[in-house]
Parts: sequence; C-alpha cells; structure tokens
Amino acid sequence: MKVYEKSPSFYEVFERKSGPAKEATHYCPGCGHGNVHKMIAEALEDMNLTPRTVFVSPVGCSVFAYYYFDCGNTQAAHGRAPAVATGVKRANPNSIVISYQGDGDLAAIGTAETIHAANRGENITVFFINNAIYGMTGGQMAPTTLIGQRSATTPRGRIEHVHGNPIRVCEMLATLPAPTYIERVAVGNSKHVMKMRKAIRKALKIQSEGRGYSFVEILSPCPTGWKMDPTVSRDWMVDEMTKVFPLGVFKDESENVDEGTWDRVYKPFDTGQVNEYLDRLKTSMTEGEPIVLKENLHCKFAGFGGQGILTLGLFLSQIGMRAGQQVSWFPAYGPEMRGGTANCSVNLSNARIGSPLVDKPNVLVVMNQPSLDAFEHAVPDGGLIIADSTIVASQPDSKRLRVVMIPASKIADEVGTPKIANVVVLGALAAATGAFSPEYCMETLRSVIKKKNLIEMNMEAFRRGYDFVKNQ
Amino acid sequence: MAKQFMKGNDAIIVGALAAGCRAYYGYPITPASEIAHAAALHFPALDGVFIQAESEVAAINMVYGTAGMGIRTMTASSSPGFSLKQEGLSYCAGAELPMVVVNIDRGGPGLGNIAPEQADYFQVTKGGGHGNYRLITLAPNGAQEMCDLTMKAFDLADRYRNPACIMADGITGQMMEVVEIPEAIPVPYDHTAWAVDGTPATNKNLISSIVLEPEKLEAHNLKLDAKYREISEREIMWEEYCTEDADLIVVAYGVVSRIVYSTVDQARAEGMKVGLLRPITLWPFPSPAIAAHAARDVRFLAVELSTGQMVEDVRLAVNGKAPVDFYGRCGGMVPEGAELLEQYRKVMEGVVSS
Repeated sequence: MKVYEKSPSFYEVFERKSGPAKEATHYCPGCGHGNVHKMIAEALEDMNLTPRTVFVSPVGCSVFAYYYFDCGNTQAAHGRAPAVATGVKRANPNSIVISYQGDGDLAAIGTAETIHAANRGENITVFFINNAIYGMTGGQMAPTTLIGQRSATTPRGRIEHVHGNPIRVCEMLATLPAPTYIERVAVGNSKHVMKMRKAIRKALKIQSEGRGYSFVEILSPCPTGWKMDPTVSRDWMVDEMTKVFPLGVFKDESENVDEGTWDRVYKPFDTGQVNEYLDRLKTSMTEGEPIVLKENLHCKFAGFGGQGILTLGLFLSQIGMRAGQQVSWFPAYGPEMRGGTANCSVNLSNARIGSPLVDKPNVLVVMNQPSLDAFEHAVPDGGLIIADSTIVASQPDSKRLRVVMIPASKIADEVGTPKIANVVVLGALAAATGAFSPEYCMETLRSVIKKKNLIEMNMEAFRRGYDFVKNQ
Repeated sequence: MAKQFMKGNDAIIVGALAAGCRAYYGYPITPASEIAHAAALHFPALDGVFIQAESEVAAINMVYGTAGMGIRTMTASSSPGFSLKQEGLSYCAGAELPMVVVNIDRGGPGLGNIAPEQADYFQVTKGGGHGNYRLITLAPNGAQEMCDLTMKAFDLADRYRNPACIMADGITGQMMEVVEIPEAIPVPYDHTAWAVDGTPATNKNLISSIVLEPEKLEAHNLKLDAKYREISEREIMWEEYCTEDADLIVVAYGVVSRIVYSTVDQARAEGMKVGLLRPITLWPFPSPAIAAHAARDVRFLAVELSTGQMVEDVRLAVNGKAPVDFYGRCGGMVPEGAELLEQYRKVMEGVVSS
C-alpha cells in the first residue's frame, strides 16, 4: 500500500513563515507554485539530493520558497538568481543548485543573467514559472503576458506596438550551444503534470551527473493575477498560453554529453599550495649590496610609444629595488598623456617616497623632440638632461642644466637593433649620475631580462652608453 | 628576494590570494582592469574561480552567492562600474555577507574619464545603496598597502560579517612599487553557524535580506547598527606625520596623502608648521584623532581629488572648534607640491579657500 504524504524535503512545519498558519503555504488557491514545489521536493527526496541542495529563491511570489524546502536556502535580488546560483555552484561543484524564477525575474529584469548563465553552461537547474503576469506586485504586465491580455499596466490589453510581444525564453535559449536540456511543460491536466514531473527529474539528474545546464519552463496559472476562477484559469492556461508557448522539448543533448563534462574544478584554500605559488611571483633578481644614493633621483622618462620608455623606467626601478632603495614607477596616465608620447615618473630614494608623481625631475631623459619641449622647463637648475641626439634636434640649455647628448638610437643600431636604445640611455644615465656602477646595473639586468638570448646584446648596449659618457 | 616590483592593482590580487580568497568575479573597466587580469591568471592556476561576468550587477551577485557559502570572494571595479554594484552591496550588507569589493576611483560624474579622482567618497562611505548599512572602507596609498590592506579587509569582513571596501584612486592602482610578498595563513573563522554551502551541516541556515515584519526588520537594523558602532570604536586606522606641534593639519588620503607628505618638510623649512593626518580607514573615519587635535589652537585643511566630500567628515569631527578649509582638484587633475604649499600659505594667513 502506498502512503501519500508530504515530501520529507519540505519542512514539517513552516516556522520561517510569519502569522499563525504555519502548515499552510502563502500561495493563493489555484496557484501553480504549490504543484511545482511539490514535484521538486519529491524529486530531491527520491534522488537523494536534498542534503547537498541549495535552493535560490528569487523576487516574486516564490521569494518565500525558503519557508518550505528543508535544504540550503539563499534568497537573491530581483533577476539575479542565476548569478547567485553561479557563485554557489562554482565554489562547490558538488552542490545541487536550483534557480527558481518567475517571468518578470527571469525574462525582464534578469534577462542578462538568464542568458549568460545558460551560455556559460552553468551546471545548474533553472525552473522558470511562466504565469504571464507579475503576481507579487499586483498583476502588472510580464514579459510573457499575451497580446490582448489585460493587466494592471495594460488595462486595455497588451498591444504589440506599444508593449512588445511575449518573449519565448525556451526558443531563445535553445539557440545557444552550451545548454544541455530545455523543455517547456505546464501545470495543466494530469497528463501535463506527469510530463512536468518527468522534466523536473530529468533536469536535476542532468545536473547531478555533471551533464550541464538544464532549463524547465513551466506554464502555471495565476487565478489572482488573472482575476479568474482557479478552474477557469487552468483551462485558459492550457487553451491560450500554449498557443503562444507551445509545450515540448526544445533542446536535449543529455545523451550526447558525457557524465562530468560540465563539472568545474574547485579546491578549498590550501596555504601550502598558495605559498608555493606566491613564491613563484617573487622577483628573479639576485641579492645585491645595498647602495645609499648621494642624491635621491626623481626621474622623468619621455619619448614616443614603442621606444621602450616605460621599460627603461622599469629597469632603473629594479636596480634601485636591488640596492634596497625606496622606489616608485608611475606611467603616463590620464592628464599626463600627451599626444601619442609615452612617459613615466620614477623615484629612487633613501627615505620614504612622498608623491609618486615627478613634477620637477632632477633627471630628465628625452627620446624625442616633443618630450624635450614639454619637460625641459620643469627641470630645476643643475638638473640632468639626457637626450637621444639621433632624434632630438635642439640642444637643451646647457648653462642652466647638465646636458648629455647621446646618439642612443644610432649606437643601438650598431649593437644590433634600434629597439635597444633605451638600454644605451640607461648606461648613459648610470655614468652621468654616478649612482650605480656598470657592473651592478648589468648584473641586475641579467637577472630580470626574461629573453635570455637577448642578454648579451643588452649588456653591450649598456656598456656602449656608459662608455660614451665616461669618455666625454 | 621575497619581493616583487608590481602595480598596486596587481598587489591587490597577491593580497587576496594570501588571504585565502578563492573566487573572483568582475567586469573590465579602466583603470581597474589589471585586477581582473591578475585574477584571471592566478585564480584558475590555484583551482579557484575566475569569471568575467556579463555585468557589474551579475559580478556582485556571484560574489553574493559565493560569500553566502562562507568562502572568501571578491570583485573589483572603477567608479561607473562601482555605481552598478550598489544594489548588490545593499543585499550583501543586509544578509551580512563578508567579502571584499575594490573601487579604483576615476573621474566622474557619468562616464567622466579614466583619470584619478576621489569623488566616490560619499558613495562608498555613506552607503551608496538603499537602507541602513555601511561599508568598512580602507584607503591604501601605495602598492604594499594595496596588498596588506586587502588582507586586512578580508579579515574585517569576516570578523564583522560585512562587505569591506578597498577605495583607491587611479594613481595608486597604476603605480608600481616594491611589494613584500606575504605568506598565506589559514582563515581563522568558522562559517558553519550561518553560511549555506551545499552540505548537510549548513542546511538549516538561510542567506537572506528579507525581513517582512516591521518589528523584526527594525530589530535587524538595530543589530546591524550595533555592529557598526562596534566597528567605529575598534577599527579606526590612521597615520600622522608632524602633527604634534602643527599649526596646520592637512587631512588627506590615498595618493593625495603622498603628495602632502612630500610637502611637509618643505613647508616647515619655510617656517610653516604643517602636519599630515591621513585616514587609512575612511569608514570608520578617524574622527576621535581629529577631534583631539581640534581641542588646541590649530587649523585644518582637507585636500581631496573632489570638490569637497571627506571635508564634511572633517568638519563633523572638528565640530566647530577649529577652522576647516578645503582644497580640491578633480576631473583627473592632481595638485602639485608647489600648488599645495601655496594653499598652506593662504590658509596660514587666514585666507579661507572655501
């Protein structure tokens, strides 16, 4: 003898529900939610999924689904249930995640989340209750309201040219490659309900086997919102709604997708694994002797994009870092960007660095004429300017400033490639400031240059730049 | 060397990894995108989660999903994108979910530009979404702090079960400095009492921000308020430089605090007794420290990359006991040291600038 009873996947008493009636649901008479809840609860129980299920309740009439389901429950913002479900499933791929949504939630305010969760093939199950009306807020037009159907916001009936057409979500999602299973069923007669039961179980089975995204749209009556008698509304749903929303399977790849195909990898925090990984992020630079600067360097490097200006600044920064100095590097950004030129500010200091911006550089490196024109005036008296004389035509004011004109691009060309002019300039800078020995700089470069086959060419370029200044 | 030369934005992710953050959800936006780039590289390599979400709205709700499981998670954006997250943040605060959100503040309003600003101060510290809630807000001013304060933010978020925010300007995000790579340590919080993680142990818990009955929602709000009061009493962080004998205390955070710092010695060489008070937590704001100084004969000058937002909190803290002036640049303009020194002179001479 079969005893019919409430599924153990429901709470025995709905303690989370306010008011005295703790054994009745909050749904109206004739509403379809109750039937769907029951089918889901029975499926979870029969399939032994309840202990690892997280049920995501939406905004809408089913906002209180957590009153009833005795599993994990998370309540989501309006339309965001598939995003919340994604956040749950990805961080515990072993969980069973249900995104239960109404038509306004799923196909209006949450359209983007709906489409993209489907498109990513999230291994979740979406149950879409389509009753062609906003129930909770008082019977307004839904994205699935039929043409001609009256609602609080379509008092003259839904008009195509005013309100648009009802959206067919199954048909739309079925165009995407990722979803595994998409079917539309109805809370109609007993035959419909048996099909619904089968679809709900199939969807959950697909998820539990890691076969991917499953979506079941369920046409459901809303006697209150439709202002109809419960039995009339069920007939109207079967007769009218199925004309616009035909029942059936729109996509089913479950036989073609292997078990586990859509299971994602996730592992909890493991300090050992993370520390090993963080070790690899540390610099490849060798330890160097600490060096105290005679004078802090506030440098501006400027030139055309592609001349390696930012890398030049980076190399100097890394030399300073190896020497145990305080270092900052800041690239041209926002208002500092000037017409296709690249520049960066670099500070090397014995003490804590204030502003990372360099307004008054005591070292200015310019590798094109516009940069000299833009920044020469900013260099305080006695400051150093290094200019690539292959490109920069005019001579900076050598009465006021220390000026090094070096044909860096020409030298770089002789070494092997004009691209390496920035390293020639770095050599000149080391010599002109006297801040670092050439050996110290070259050893630093050796340890930070990633393309090992280019190291010797860089050494040569640095040496040529250094010697050019020393021999002057 | 246990160090690396890196961008502030990259340092945020290093801090997050060390703190045990396991899932990153985000949407690209300049000047915060490097955070997503680093997350995309590192999280999957450590069997964690990285998803480029379809929108900022989806990203914060994915964070909501993972945070509700008691797993450390984060998102990052810049001003216009951060505005989009406000709905989600309200839900996260309402449901008492710990997480870290990053705002690399850029020029606004509207699309504005990608240059640095601090004009999201109101939005971040006063609760940009609906309802009674606060974001614990930390304002780093260098790459090391981008890393360290991100770790701190995860800790505060867990301790108080509330979202914590890293609020930095575009310069602090884009700038490279030497960062000491931290060591990962186990997360010292147990989430089983409240989280819902898809295991039987947590199935009786509920993640929700809906409280239907007014008396219960009031009680929930008062509980949150008590928590915010506790945070205000215990978690204020700030830094001072040369304030003890200062006639003028400049209040500034983020990159502006760095610029001010570099002017203090120069101002003193010129005979102006200037000091710097730098809020590290923007909420809770270091009002007690400011109030203590206000009790003596001193002036205040708030300097911001905005038309005047934090200055309101300075005035509230001072409570009329001392003059408070303001100097701001915005739209991506950043004051130079000389410009600030000129302001100090004006303020010291009693020429009120605002």
